[in-house]
Amino acid sequence: MTSVIKTEHLDLTFQTNDGPVHALKGIDLDVRKGEFVSLIGPSGCGKTTLLRVIADLETPTGGTVAVNGMTPTQARQNRAYGYVFQAAALLPWRTIAGNIAVPLEVMGIDKATQKARIAEKLALVDLTGFEKKFPWQLSGGMQQRASIARALACEPEMLLMDEPFGALDEIVRDHLNEQLLKLWAKTQKTVMFVTHSIPEAVFLSTKIVVMSPRPGRIHEIIDCDLGPDRPLDIRESARFLEIAHRVREGLKAGHAYD
Amino acid sequence: MTRSVIPVLTVIAAIIAIWYAATIFLNAPFERDQAERADTTITFAEIIPKTMAQERPVLPAPHQVAQELWKTTVRTRITSKRSLIWHAGITLAPTLTGFVMGTLLGILLAVGIVHSRVLDRSLMPWIITSQTIPILAIAPMIIVVLNAVGIQGLMPKAFISTYLSFFPVAVGMVKGLRSPDVMHMDLMHTYSASKSETFWKLRWPSAVPYLFASMKIAIAISLVGAIVGELPTGAVAGLGARLLAGSYYGQTVQIWSALIMAAIMAGLLVTFVGMIGNAVNKRMGVRA
Repeated sequence: MTSVIKTEHLDLTFQTNDGPVHALKGIDLDVRKGEFVSLIGPSGCGKTTLLRVIADLETPTGGTVAVNGMTPTQARQNRAYGYVFQAAALLPWRTIAGNIAVPLEVMGIDKATQKARIAEKLALVDLTGFEKKFPWQLSGGMQQRASIARALACEPEMLLMDEPFGALDEIVRDHLNEQLLKLWAKTQKTVMFVTHSIPEAVFLSTKIVVMSPRPGRIHEIIDCDLGPDRPLDIRESARFLEIAHRVREGLKAGHAYD
Repeated sequence: MTRSVIPVLTVIAAIIAIWYAATIFLNAPFERDQAERADTTITFAEIIPKTMAQERPVLPAPHQVAQELWKTTVRTRITSKRSLIWHAGITLAPTLTGFVMGTLLGILLAVGIVHSRVLDRSLMPWIITSQTIPILAIAPMIIVVLNAVGIQGLMPKAFISTYLSFFPVAVGMVKGLRSPDVMHMDLMHTYSASKSETFWKLRWPSAVPYLFASMKIAIAISLVGAIVGELPTGAVAGLGARLLAGSYYGQTVQIWSALIMAAIMAGLLVTFVGMIGNAVNKRMGVRA
């Protein structure tokens, strides 16, 4: 399996009015193709910042980062990833189909291909038939699914997801977690997933990166070997609770609860 | 329907009542004067009807203005120089020309300001300064300067309208073009979208509601600009001319009817822009 993301001694210091803030310090991370990696940690541990560095939305101040063996900028220009934000961030003046078309329009793909691609991605997130609806006509969960379809539109190898279900209620969240797992199994994409929910991280991931704050660093990397078939009630199994316990212990040891 | 009609009618009734009261109060001294000169005494009850029928009252009564409006709009041919509609039409042309030019100029300035730090720093103070100069002071200069280079008629008035109307559009559009949130800007960055793609797909549509809000203000002050522009030209035609001629000859009824006409026109223009704005918003998926 090849490395999709590789960081070595990655540092990022923000210069603020109150002096420098060490958002990331000495991050060594190796993500393989097809893995589902969760970044978990308290607020301020740099998990979102790390995701943004990979997406070329932030520039590191030290160390190296390679995405598909390229710099993040080259990877972005090659459309290596699709990014899903905390909010659906759909453009309110465009229909659902119109929203998914935005990245395709920027790529310069012809109308007919766009239409086929939109239909395909909407089917993938179970939103067929909602093409002509405006975002406000959809529930929060459906909007976030549409934004996942949009992230998949330009056929990236990798999905970067920044607490995508953080703003949704638990029932919707469970449902979307299940759907995301199915999607991951179907598409074989590499996923980087930021969360601060322990059950969510354990349920979804093959690998859990526990981070701790001040400075933002990796405390521990935990393998999550629950296998590919994960029904919702796996969360009551002994293996699941054991891994969740390890994550919690890791967070505690990393001073996440201070 | 009735729920909105009743408050509106109440306000109109209150305005008319206050207006009549003010008419009596302001025009009574003249009647007392007249009575004194004629060596007669006059009771308050006798004064009241007289205050509402003066030829050159300090404040004409609403029905006097209404009669004058009726006479100069409905009972006069539109092509006649006595028709208030003809005068309104003369003012409307530079209003619309100036409004279109001002809107385009405002948008252009805003686009420059949003995309260039240098323009932001250098232009913004001038834009604000331009509006601190009283338009009454600068209007005659514009007329005189343009006249010297051979530009007369509609364009000088339109330029004054432009001078006033570009401002709200520029300020509104700077705000509007900067209104997309960070997440949307980041999203365009992840697509490696160019500046112009970001502009047309994100900044411009985000700014459309701001554009219509500022265009409503712009069209109203365009009308003010056109009227002001008619004052120094010798007052030949237009609503401004009616105001000026009226004040030359103490024709307060004529002044007030021209004012009311200008107000009606402004109301119609703002409503028209608002209707276009609503139609565009509806097309852009705004919740009805």
